[in-house]
Amino acid sequence: MDYAKLGLKVGLEVHQELATKHKLFCQCPPMLFRDDPEYTFIRRLRPSQSELGEIDPAALFEFLKGKTIIYEANRETSCLVEMDEEPPGPLNAEALDICLTFTLLTGGTPVDEVHVMRKIVVDGSNTTGFQRTCVTSLGGKLEVGGKTYSLQQVGLEEDAARKIADEGGVSRYRIDRLGIPLIEVTTDPVIYSPEEAEEVALAIGRILRATGQVRRGLGTIRQDVNISIVGGALIEIKGVQELNLVSKVVEYEVQRQVKLLKIVDILKERGIKATDLTDKPLDVSDLFGETKSRIVKNALSKGGRVLAVKLGGFAGCMGIELCPDRRLGTEMADHAKFAGGVRGIFHTDELPAYDITVEEVKALRKKVGASDSDAVVIVADEEESCRRALSAVVKRAREALEGVPSETRAANPDGTTHFTRPRPGAARMYPETDMPPIVVSSERLAKLRANLPEMPEAKLERFTTDYGINEKLARQVINSDYTQLFEEMMGEDLADPVQLAVTLTEDFRGLQRDGVEIDNISDALIRDTFGLLKAGKTAKESLPQIFTWLAENPDGSPADALKALDLGMLSGDDLRSMVEAKVSENREMVERMGDRAIGPLMGMMMGEVRGRAEAKEVQALLREAIGALSRE
Amino acid sequence: MGDEQLHGYRGKLKEALEAAGVGIGDLLRFESGDGSFEGSLMPRVETADDWHVVLKLKSGYNVGIAFGEGAKVVRLGQAEKPEFRPPPLPEVKAGLPKVSIVSTGGTIASRVDYITGGVHAAMSSRDLLSIVPELSDIAAVDADILYSTFSENIDAEQWTGIARRIAEKVKEGAQGVVITHGTDTLGYSSAALSFVLRNLPIPVIFVGSQRSSDRPSSDAATNLLGVVSTAAHAPFAEVVLGMHETTSDTSIVFHWGTKARKLHTSTRYAFQSVNTEPLARYVDGKVEMIAESYRKRGEGELELMDSFESKVALIKFHPGFQPSTIDWYVDDGYKGVILEGTGLGHVSTGLYEALRGAVKAGVVLGMAPQCVWGRIDMDVYSTGRELQEIGVEPLGDMLAETAFVKLRWALANSDDIEEAMELMRRNIAGEYSDRTLYTGRFG
Ligand SMILES: [Zn+2]
Repeated sequence: MDYAKLGLKVGLEVHQELATKHKLFCQCPPMLFRDDPEYTFIRRLRPSQSELGEIDPAALFEFLKGKTIIYEANRETSCLVEMDEEPPGPLNAEALDICLTFTLLTGGTPVDEVHVMRKIVVDGSNTTGFQRTCVTSLGGKLEVGGKTYSLQQVGLEEDAARKIADEGGVSRYRIDRLGIPLIEVTTDPVIYSPEEAEEVALAIGRILRATGQVRRGLGTIRQDVNISIVGGALIEIKGVQELNLVSKVVEYEVQRQVKLLKIVDILKERGIKATDLTDKPLDVSDLFGETKSRIVKNALSKGGRVLAVKLGGFAGCMGIELCPDRRLGTEMADHAKFAGGVRGIFHTDELPAYDITVEEVKALRKKVGASDSDAVVIVADEEESCRRALSAVVKRAREALEGVPSETRAANPDGTTHFTRPRPGAARMYPETDMPPIVVSSERLAKLRANLPEMPEAKLERFTTDYGINEKLARQVINSDYTQLFEEMMGEDLADPVQLAVTLTEDFRGLQRDGVEIDNISDALIRDTFGLLKAGKTAKESLPQIFTWLAENPDGSPADALKALDLGMLSGDDLRSMVEAKVSENREMVERMGDRAIGPLMGMMMGEVRGRAEAKEVQALLREAIGALSRE
Repeated sequence: MGDEQLHGYRGKLKEALEAAGVGIGDLLRFESGDGSFEGSLMPRVETADDWHVVLKLKSGYNVGIAFGEGAKVVRLGQAEKPEFRPPPLPEVKAGLPKVSIVSTGGTIASRVDYITGGVHAAMSSRDLLSIVPELSDIAAVDADILYSTFSENIDAEQWTGIARRIAEKVKEGAQGVVITHGTDTLGYSSAALSFVLRNLPIPVIFVGSQRSSDRPSSDAATNLLGVVSTAAHAPFAEVVLGMHETTSDTSIVFHWGTKARKLHTSTRYAFQSVNTEPLARYVDGKVEMIAESYRKRGEGELELMDSFESKVALIKFHPGFQPSTIDWYVDDGYKGVILEGTGLGHVSTGLYEALRGAVKAGVVLGMAPQCVWGRIDMDVYSTGRELQEIGVEPLGDMLAETAFVKLRWALANSDDIEEAMELMRRNIAGEYSDRTLYTGRFG
């Protein structure tokens, strides 16, 4: 795709959790808990009304539906501040220093006085109903691949509670994550291709890690990506969890917008007008009395209805793929789910399917008066929900005549995205009155300036010269979450540099691909494992198995792993008698081949003792045993 | 350009803003040594320093920029004036019970001005209904502002004013009256009205909120809906205080006006019933009675005993307490003192002389527990017996704050000390419990 010709513009907002001693507005540790909650509490959030008399329609709908929120907590990770039962304490100075350090590294202008704001969020992810957030600097730039990218601002905000479940009218959140400091780095929309976007995201990540004070693991860094093309719309994509997914997200979003614009052309050519689309749904429940479709049957048995609308001239358009596995029909389904709380929709471009038969489709078309060039959408649920859902479908169909609707979307794990809500107007923000402004003194800045951490490029050079690892490997370490741990362990002479670098990057990524939850393994466990290796209590071949075990048993120790996996090193005597036994079993071969028998014997031995003995030692013992045999 | 327009700015910075003709909300460019910043001028907190200008950036964020040598202010445009467009009022439903809401302060309902960050209290029934429209499903609500003050400024004058307004509302046919009130002294006011309102025919419910009503998580609307519904339908005719029962938004609990104490500085469930069970609870849209005996709705004709003596003190005894403190009150003409004694009701023997002097001067002395939970018993230790001999009246399990309010009321509504003492000893509004119940948490 010719991105320049499409006029692609991308801006990034990178959010990274900071590894401070405590949370942003209280003394709780920034950590999550795994066990069952010690206590829960129930709240409802009321959309607040602004001076303008307007209430966010989506928020109001949720509220009127009686959405309740259950919060889960324990005493180790949260206090009354996270429960919104106590005013926030002062802004964490350590977190502010990290933001200012990032700003000094990137040449931005710190604000003279930080003002904490309340940004209204009523989905339940914040117990207060707002997120506390502030801007700490404006401007700045970074150099990536010889190009300069300007930054808009750097901010500091509290992370939200973790969503555990969404069960109909009840959302369940865990408040352990709430209040963990997040730095937010926002670039100007000056990125012009998917690859560049990823490069810039990675560069921001590297500088953030250079501060040495960021948390690692899935979900500790999240990107919002703002994407627009000429003739399309500015789309905000939230929650891209991996830096290396950014280019995919941009690529797919451009595809989606281009395809949506193509659909506009098709519909125009067919002469479809917005006025042709009416959102008067028709009750077609009677056609599905005998249906085999479980979803429809279920809805009807609960007293629900099946409602249908005709989308004149839309036949064939619903099934057009916008990006992998996402069709115009999928987009409409997202809107239907959002507006009506329904589980999904069916449309005639995909029917018959899902146990809805050819006969049922025929009858449906007939009942709503749809010709072959029309599409029909049906929903099965409570009648009011169906109405809301279909009204949203028709609205989305009308938008398809115009182009790309402006909206907020969220990233799927494969890089595609789904609709989450219409793009909000001006952010609803007002000052956090529980906290006075914080003056950023020139003394503070001078002190930070005098202690700036090393930038990634300098680090790269130092890694290759000091530790003798090649540039590619050094780059991998610096792009990983383990830069700091690597340096610390090197400083303490805890491991062989190449071995450690490969383990922390290639090996960990490999394990992750195999579904091992590497994030569960703490720094301490990694240190201890290499400690065992250095002490000769295990072999490097065993590392993958040990880390896999530790990821599943994060409360255990590497020594426990050795025991559980039966991977302890064989003692000299045991190994010697195993070798002697092997040689005598293969006496004939040894007599025939002499010293050359070492090759095949090594193969056999290592198959049995890999990870429990060093190859060098096995080889030496074999040589001895063969020598002894030939002397006989 | 008046003060109002440059709220919080002072000195040179204010002069510079005035010279540039900039008012709050106006768009401006601020050029300083660090660079150039564009945004709307925001008001400044009065207590903040006088050398930072607060700008709302286009992104909606506020930042403070230092005003130093050579800084320049350029006005770029007019403020966007917020215009309040209230949503349509819900229809008045016929046949709903009439409930009056009397506001004394605190913001039980408010709107946020997202442009300046200002929070404005709902000032009328119309405002209130537009912010909490569900009220119109519960009752025919009329709301008015009696006072607009922090609760620490409320005293006898306001208690009397509230009582008279309630009397008017009863006369007008209200089925229940709700008093909104800041929480800090809410317990004092609920106790005061419990003594003032004699022969009460309807529920009178005090309510406050612990989270300001501009935030989506505020307890204000939940509390208000619970108390209005209870005021409309409850079977009791008592003065009570209704607030969150726990940290959850699921129930509102009603404490006896004389037995409620704020026991936490910040939580939604800060108020607890002391030495007794609450009267009732509002849960799942219904009132559940907890107490078995209470005054029934509709009985009697309201009478007011609405005067209070101002020369009464509430004094907490502590190690090192100086007898001259007592002397000072006596010399200043005080008519009564409630002592918050240690344990079962004690003060040091060093105070005996001063206390004898007070009694001789005609000062009424009462003893209440500084332990909060439990009751006074001045027969167990010699100190207690001696204090009784001196003339200190043990006040059972009455809360010290309630005892203080009651003594002010008793002295003002009696002809002599004997009569006042008789009132103090009589259980007027549930301030004494016969039995100290095990309440789980304490006791
Ligand atoms: Zn906390």
